[in-house]
Amino acid sequence: MEKRSRILIVIASLMFVFTFLFPLWNIGLQAPQYPEGLGLKIWSHKITGLNEHDLKIINELNHYIGMQRITPESIKELKIMPYILGFLILFGLIAAFYKNTTLVKVWIALIIVLGIIGLYDFYMWEYNYGHNLSPDAPIKIPGMVYQPPLLGTKQLLNITATSLPGLGSIAIFVSLAIAVFVVWKEKKLKRGSNVK
Amino acid sequence: MRKHVLFYTISLSAVFLLLFTLGCQKSGEVGGTADAAQKVYVAPGSYDEFYTFMSGGFSGQVTVYGLPSGRLFKIIPVFSQDPESGYGYSEETKAMLNTSYGFIPWGDAHHPELSETDGVHDGRWLFINENNTPRVARLDLQEFETAEIIELPNSAGNHGSPFITENNEYVIASTRFSVPIPQRDVSIKSYKKNFKGTISFIKVDPKEGNMSLAFQILVPGFDYDLAHAGKGPSRDWAFFTCYNSEEAHSLLEINASRKDKDFIAAVNWKLAEKYLNEGKAHSVNAKYYRNYVDKKKQTAFSEVNNKVNVLYPKECPGLIYYLPTPKSPHGVDVDPSGEYIVGGGKLSTVLPVHSFKKMIKAIENKAFDGEIDGIPILKYDDVIAGEVVDPGLGPLHTEFDDKGFAYTTAFISSEIVKWKLGTWEVVDRIPTYYSPGHLSVPGGDTKKPWGKYVIALNKITKDRFLPTGPALCQSAQLIDISGNKMKILLDFPTIGEPHYAQSIPAKLLMEKSQRIYKLEENENPYVSKGVKDTKVVRDGKDFHVYIGASRSHFTPDNIEGARVGDNVYFHVTNFEQDWDIPHGFAVTGNKNSELLIMPGQTRTILWKPEKVGVYPFYCTDFCSALHQEMQGYIRVSPENSKTPILYTLGK
Repeated sequence: MEKRSRILIVIASLMFVFTFLFPLWNIGLQAPQYPEGLGLKIWSHKITGLNEHDLKIINELNHYIGMQRITPESIKELKIMPYILGFLILFGLIAAFYKNTTLVKVWIALIIVLGIIGLYDFYMWEYNYGHNLSPDAPIKIPGMVYQPPLLGTKQLLNITATSLPGLGSIAIFVSLAIAVFVVWKEKKLKRGSNVK
Repeated sequence: MRKHVLFYTISLSAVFLLLFTLGCQKSGEVGGTADAAQKVYVAPGSYDEFYTFMSGGFSGQVTVYGLPSGRLFKIIPVFSQDPESGYGYSEETKAMLNTSYGFIPWGDAHHPELSETDGVHDGRWLFINENNTPRVARLDLQEFETAEIIELPNSAGNHGSPFITENNEYVIASTRFSVPIPQRDVSIKSYKKNFKGTISFIKVDPKEGNMSLAFQILVPGFDYDLAHAGKGPSRDWAFFTCYNSEEAHSLLEINASRKDKDFIAAVNWKLAEKYLNEGKAHSVNAKYYRNYVDKKKQTAFSEVNNKVNVLYPKECPGLIYYLPTPKSPHGVDVDPSGEYIVGGGKLSTVLPVHSFKKMIKAIENKAFDGEIDGIPILKYDDVIAGEVVDPGLGPLHTEFDDKGFAYTTAFISSEIVKWKLGTWEVVDRIPTYYSPGHLSVPGGDTKKPWGKYVIALNKITKDRFLPTGPALCQSAQLIDISGNKMKILLDFPTIGEPHYAQSIPAKLLMEKSQRIYKLEENENPYVSKGVKDTKVVRDGKDFHVYIGASRSHFTPDNIEGARVGDNVYFHVTNFEQDWDIPHGFAVTGNKNSELLIMPGQTRTILWKPEKVGVYPFYCTDFCSALHQEMQGYIRVSPENSKTPILYTLGK
């Protein structure tokens, strides 16, 4: 493995640190009564409001349509995810340390597989959150569910929900792109040296 | 042929267009209304350029308006009970209205004064005086609520108040009525012998704003009417008008109007500080209250003081000088440079302007014309800078713009007169509708007037609005002063008497305006931080109900165990942390008020049930779509019953 590739993999691994510093996903909510905007930030280890008290406000508003409260303490993914991300950082650094392209390939595969699992899990969480409605809800609209979109915008009664990846996820994408680039570059170099 | 048609069409169109434009211009000019409407139009959803704080006069409150639209945003309760919010009724706010006379439910608020840094409004606090039971209040401009009220002893008719020194060192106040000091049983006819006035200096804590009465100066028994602190070169001085130097005690309209000249008292407050530090002050017994809000506890407390430091001018040479001023002067206003002191001689035909420089020189040269009780009277000609001739009839108050002009209200001739500082010539005048008292230019009494508008604060409105029976509104009148000629833009009714007003650019306040109270910082002893804290506790005859309010229910909402004759305290905490979601609380037959509770706040109302029964309580502030469902019941059992305490929600 080239020195430059090695540095790139170190950078790619360290990009994962962003997942601890920035949210993975942002859900913005717009409603007539909230011109200032409401929103949720989904982090690897916590869920917070866009503004200081948004989570509390959203929880209280949601009881009208029977949605469950979001209590970050009870979401087990938020406990596991930091370890997985830490593991990925470590794995990337080991691959760079051993200058092992195969390890990098495994790393890429791990990121993709874990990423898909993560997104699926997030989708299922959203699904449950939007479908698991209390039968005692004051407002019941037949057929209406309140699952927020995974990506993009969706109208939920008076609220327009917009869901977009946060800086944390973008960092993962960038990291993945770097790793793929390194593998491709290494392959090209290898082919070049073989020809020689 | 075709070309010709085109030519005629274009020419005709041009002529029509020209005529149309001329027509428009003309209709615009005639009433000036289109132009004025545009200047005061603030589109829906847009913000005003200025906040204007108006005194509510005899309503005892402060009102907050926007300029130039004249829209009313808020009435801030200050000196009067406000059953709408529960101010002065709730357990947390009752103490604000305590005085040495007991609990006073009403006040007469006159002069809102914004706090200053280096002579410019800084948007931290607003001070306002209470005339009738002498007090000064401080309002917090993050909360837009009253934060503190201090009572002034040895004062009667706290009218010349509260005027502010350049860096809020002091809030100054003078007594309009002279009275026996200390109060005692004497014949009114002994006025000249026994009646005195005082000038008070309230110290303001530079960080928290807390007020304390630093000292008073005992002055001859005239009527001390209004005041202003100096600025720039005159920053160490404060100026007070007085009338009734005749010392009349009956039929003042005749007897106090005999002399040609009364006075402006110039007080050197820096020197007063020095005398105070030298121990020249007499510690005098005087009971007075200071009521303040403990922000963490969200509760008002009263503190009783029993002593005040009093300085006697006779023992403190150089402390006060009298500037002779025609005739029964009302307002005293210092121009932005701090050099000119304008006296509003309400019975005078000229408006006298004193020069600070000349005053200092006259003091150095001892250009005195006698003295009263150890206070030297300076010679009029040695202090006067100029006289504005024909300033209207009954000139009262003057404010200044950013271009070297002054604006004076004339009460009797019902107009505002614009004149130039230095040349004293009147350059414009505009009628007002009718009889203005104060006027207000944004920043018009500071070192940095923002200019642009003057507001006339009118006492009489008669035919200006739709009639509403004998009691009519008073009004504010917005006048454009950006050009050479003053132009009237808008009339708008006000709450109570818009005695005086001050304006501040919106950008200095709006960003820091508080949105909620943080529940986690709420240290009210009766707070419920969450559902788990809600409860009902009996303590003898006191029945404490800890209630939480959130959309759209109270926790608990079914309460049993109260008895006739109990003092039922509803401690309601608004659990919301959401902007603009207050909850209200009212219970049947309460002889007290309702409560309005802001997000994160705890408020307590006392209810004394007198009849057995089950009584509903409900949220009075339309908080949510299910606001009508936000209700509960409290059961009141006979006095000696054994009904157990029970409190539930959803069971």
